Amino acid sequence: MKSLVQILKEIRPEFDFAASSDFIADGMLDSFDMVTLVATLDKNFGISIQGTDIVPENFQNLQSIEALLRKNGVQL
Amino acid sequence: MNFTFRRKRISGLLTVVPANEQCFVEEMKNFNFPEARSLKLKEVMGYDKRRLVEPVVCVSDLAVFGLRHLFDLGMLERDEIDALFLVTQSPDHFMPPTSNIIQGRLGLKQDMFCLDISQGCAGFVIGLIQAFLLLEQDHIRKVVLINADVLSRKASPKDRNIYPLIGDGASITVLERDTEDSVIHANLKMDGSRAEALIIPAGGLRMPSTAETARLEEVGDNNLRAKDHLFMNGAAIFNFVQVEVPPLIESLLARAGVSIDEVDYFFCHQPNRFMLEKLADKMKIPHAKMPNNVVEHFGNNSGATIPTAITFNLRERLLREKLRVCLAGFGAGLTWSAMLISLGNVNFNTIIEYK
Repeated sequence: MKSLVQILKEIRPEFDFAASSDFIADGMLDSFDMVTLVATLDKNFGISIQGTDIVPENFQNLQSIEALLRKNGVQL
Repeated sequence: MNFTFRRKRISGLLTVVPANEQCFVEEMKNFNFPEARSLKLKEVMGYDKRRLVEPVVCVSDLAVFGLRHLFDLGMLERDEIDALFLVTQSPDHFMPPTSNIIQGRLGLKQDMFCLDISQGCAGFVIGLIQAFLLLEQDHIRKVVLINADVLSRKASPKDRNIYPLIGDGASITVLERDTEDSVIHANLKMDGSRAEALIIPAGGLRMPSTAETARLEEVGDNNLRAKDHLFMNGAAIFNFVQVEVPPLIESLLARAGVSIDEVDYFFCHQPNRFMLEKLADKMKIPHAKMPNNVVEHFGNNSGATIPTAITFNLRERLLREKLRVCLAGFGAGLTWSAMLISLGNVNFNTIIEYK
């Protein structure tokens, strides 16, 4: 199973996600990246993130994405 | 707003798609965007093949082609059409109504009701509601509903947010009274306060088309679009669908006293595969019950996507059996609509190519 950082790196290899506290404001994830990320997280962790949770605040940084994963029953 | 209809049925469906097919992989170079990211999007959203008109083809051309096909095969007679409703967001002209143009080109009788309805992706259910309302009149026996759009002509080829998903097409649905005591439930909601989430800003009288409105502008995420082009706030529309559509369908089924398990298929508007899978997951509907394969084969052809999904997925089956289906459309307006209907034993249910 891939880690969250590995998944993010595959989507946008040009960025250092560990160094940012706001992926959206820093231009590292756009709305299409979020869709790709959700589809990848769903597949990787065997979950289905709710459509209503696909909002920028849930993808702002590593902590917010981890919180979303925990909400979906993923143990990190 | 709730509706209930009795003794009405869909007696035939025909989808008309342009013969011209475009492939996403070949179009990727038009977008100022890395190829690897485009390929990931292709996989998630289902972008693949689309059917697009040549830039001179109008909605009336697709409709006339389809209706002539039905006349030629004897599936429909000119004189039995009492009403022709056209649902479109891309009419031939501001004036006159495109439905009248279709009537005139086909030489249909004068004693009939032609009406243009300005609706898009929610427009199949809205058109059905209008048609069923008219069929309450004793002397109205057959209504032809046309859902047609050529919105590729209003989309920027340099806008990755909208261009890869757009398709053109038309559907022709024939409606009449049912000899069986069938019951159809429908509901409909609208919210004009969110109208700008899906809009063609220029070209109407509020902002007439000029050289300035035709000029491509950088609009973020490396996309180029003019004010004459179709704009969609993708994030707002995605959220709108996920928040509003499940309760609409749930309230429809509750009113009808029908569970999700008792519905054979959920035919929703087809914006992209990802959105439909999320909608199905939220409502705990098995993916196989909610087809999402129109975008990958034809593109999103606006109000025609639901009948396109029906003809593509149930082509032969609907000729010989009846299924309980839930239809749901959502889009410009904003508008969202749903209908629970018994569909089947139709006279025709097929797809043809416009050449």
